Amino acid sequence: MRIARSLLRSLLRRLLQLLGVVFATAVLDFALLKALPGDLVDVIASESGSVPPQYVAQLRQLYGLDRSLPEQLLGYLGRIAQGDLGYSFRFGEPVLNLLLDRLGPTLALVGAALLLSTVAGVLLGVAAARRPHGLTDTVLSALATVGYSAPMFWTSLMLIVLFGVQLEWLPVGGLREVNAGYHGARLWLDYLRHLALPVLTLAIYYVAVYARLARAAMIETLAEDYIRTARAKGAREHQVIFRHALRNALLPVVTMLGVQSSALLGGSIVVETVFAWPGLGQLSFEAIKSRDIPVLLAVLICSGVLVVLANLLVDLAQAALDPRVRRAAQPPRQPSAATGSAA
Amino acid sequence: MKRWYLQPSIWLGAAVLLVVAAAAALAGVLFPDDPLDMVGAPYTWPGADPATPLGTDLMGRDLLAGLAHGARVSLLVGVSSALVALAIGVAVGAAAGFYRGRTDAVLSRITEFFQTIPAFLLAIILVAVLKPTLGTIVFALGVTSWTSVARLVRAEFLSLREREYVRAAVAVGASDAHLIFREILPNAWTPIIVSTGLLVANAILSEAGLAFLGLGDPNVVSWGSMIGLGRDALRTGWYMTAIPGLAVVLTVLALNLLSDGLQAALNPRLRRVRAA
Repeated sequence: MRIARSLLRSLLRRLLQLLGVVFATAVLDFALLKALPGDLVDVIASESGSVPPQYVAQLRQLYGLDRSLPEQLLGYLGRIAQGDLGYSFRFGEPVLNLLLDRLGPTLALVGAALLLSTVAGVLLGVAAARRPHGLTDTVLSALATVGYSAPMFWTSLMLIVLFGVQLEWLPVGGLREVNAGYHGARLWLDYLRHLALPVLTLAIYYVAVYARLARAAMIETLAEDYIRTARAKGAREHQVIFRHALRNALLPVVTMLGVQSSALLGGSIVVETVFAWPGLGQLSFEAIKSRDIPVLLAVLICSGVLVVLANLLVDLAQAALDPRVRRAAQPPRQPSAATGSAA
Repeated sequence: MKRWYLQPSIWLGAAVLLVVAAAAALAGVLFPDDPLDMVGAPYTWPGADPATPLGTDLMGRDLLAGLAHGARVSLLVGVSSALVALAIGVAVGAAAGFYRGRTDAVLSRITEFFQTIPAFLLAIILVAVLKPTLGTIVFALGVTSWTSVARLVRAEFLSLREREYVRAAVAVGASDAHLIFREILPNAWTPIIVSTGLLVANAILSEAGLAFLGLGDPNVVSWGSMIGLGRDALRTGWYMTAIPGLAVVLTVLALNLLSDGLQAALNPRLRRVRAA
C-alpha cells in the first residue's frame, strides 16, 4: 500500500515536472525566436526563397505576429499544448511529424548505448574495486580517463577509419542498406550492423563514466560493516560482491543515468551526424545548416520530455533497488560530481 | 596519505597543459603567417616534408601551425566559458544555499530545468541564433554548463552556514554579503577549484564539437574545425583528422588528470578511502 502510494507520488511529481519543462522550454523558445533578427515569418520567407508578399502578410496573421508580445506568447503556448509545433518549410512537413519519424532511431541508438555502457561500466567498475590501486584498477582507471577525454565526434571518425575504411568490417553510415532488399532476420542483422559503430562511440565514453562511478561506489560499499558481517558469516567472495554489495553500489549509477540522460541526447547529435543516423540529432544538424530554427526549438522541447521520462524510469529503478526509497518516498541521494556535457 | 604534490597525475596534467599553453602563447612567434594560408602541397603526410613536420591538409595548410593557433582558441574558449559558468553557478548556488526557503526552491527549479534540456543542444541553438563568434560561443557554453557548480556550491553553503564560526559572525551582526563572501565562500573553494578543471575540459570538448559542426568562429583556426575539414579526406588522409583530435584528447586528459589529482589530494573523504 505504502509502496504504491510512494510510486504514485513520484509519478505525479514527474508529471508536474514534465509540464514545467515543456512550459519553460516553450518560453525559452519564444524568447529565442524573438532574439532572432527578423521574425519567424522572415525566417520562413528567406528559407523558402521566393514567397509572395500577400503570403507573408497571411503568415504574419496566422502566427499572430501583428499582436502584442504577451498575446503572442499565449498563442504560442496554446499551439504547443495542442501538439502543433509549427511547419518546417525546409522539410515540407509539420514539425511534429518530423519529430515522430526521427524519434525511433534516436531511442534505439541511445537505448542500446545506455544498456551496453551501464552493464560493461558496472562490471569493469566492480573488477577495479576488488583491489583499489592494484594493477587491474590502475589499468582500468587509466583507460577510463582516456575514454572520457576523447571528443565523441573524433572517436566516431577514428572508428570509421579503423572498422569502415581499413578493415571494411562494418558499414559507416545510414540506418540500413537501402537497395539490398533484405527481409526478416537478415534485415534486423543489417540494422544491427549499422547500429554497431554509433553505439560503440557513445559506449566508449559512457562506459568510462559508469566504470568510474561504480568503482567509487563499490569501494565505499565494500568498506561497510554489513559486508564485513557477510564475510564473517562465511559468504563466498562472488556472493558478497554480487548479492550484498552490488545492489547498494548500483544506486549512484542509476541516479547518474537520470542526470546523464540529457547529456547523452546532446552527445547523440554529433554521433548521429557523423554516421548519418536519421534520428533527432541529425535532424537538429540539418536544421542548423538550413537555419530552420522552429525545428531546433521543437527538438529542444522533445528532448526535455524524453529526459523527464528517463528520470521517471530512474525513480522506478531506484524504488526497486532501495527499500528506503520505496518506504519513505524521500528524494534519493544525488551523486556529488556530475560530469557534464559531452560533445 | 599522499600530499598533493606527490600525486603523479597532477604533475603529468600540469606538464601537458604547460606545453599547450606555451604553444598557444608562442603561436604568433613560431608561426607568424596566417595558419589559413597554403604553404605546401596538399595531402603531405606527416614526416614527408621537413618544412611541415605534421603534414598539410587538403588545402595545403600546415597542420602544426594550425595546432598551435588552435590551442589559443581552445584554451581561450575553455577558460573563459568556465569562468562564465563559475560566476553563474557560484551566484545561483550561494543564493540558494544561503537564503534557503523560497529562493532556494525557485533557483533549484531553474537549475533542474537547465539540467533537463541537453546543454550541448541549447549551446548549438544559442550559437546558431546569435551567429558564431568567439564571444557568442563563450556565452553559449557558459550559460549551459553552470548547473553542476550551482548544485555543488548550494550543498556546501547549506552545510557551512550551520557552522559555529558562521553563527558567531551572525551573532555579532555581520551583513549577508560579509557572511557569504568572507565567511562561507572562502571555505567552499576546494570543491569549486576541483570542478573548474572539469568545466574547462568540457568546454574545450564542446567548443571542438561546435566547430566540427560548422558552428565555430569562421575567422579562426580551431582544433574542432580542423577535424571537421579533415573529415572530407578521411579515406585518403586520416592523419588530418587524427592529429588535431589527439591534441584535444591530450589537453582534456591533462585537465581531467589534474582535476582528479586535486580531488584526491584535497578531499579528506577520498583520502580515508585511499588509506583503508
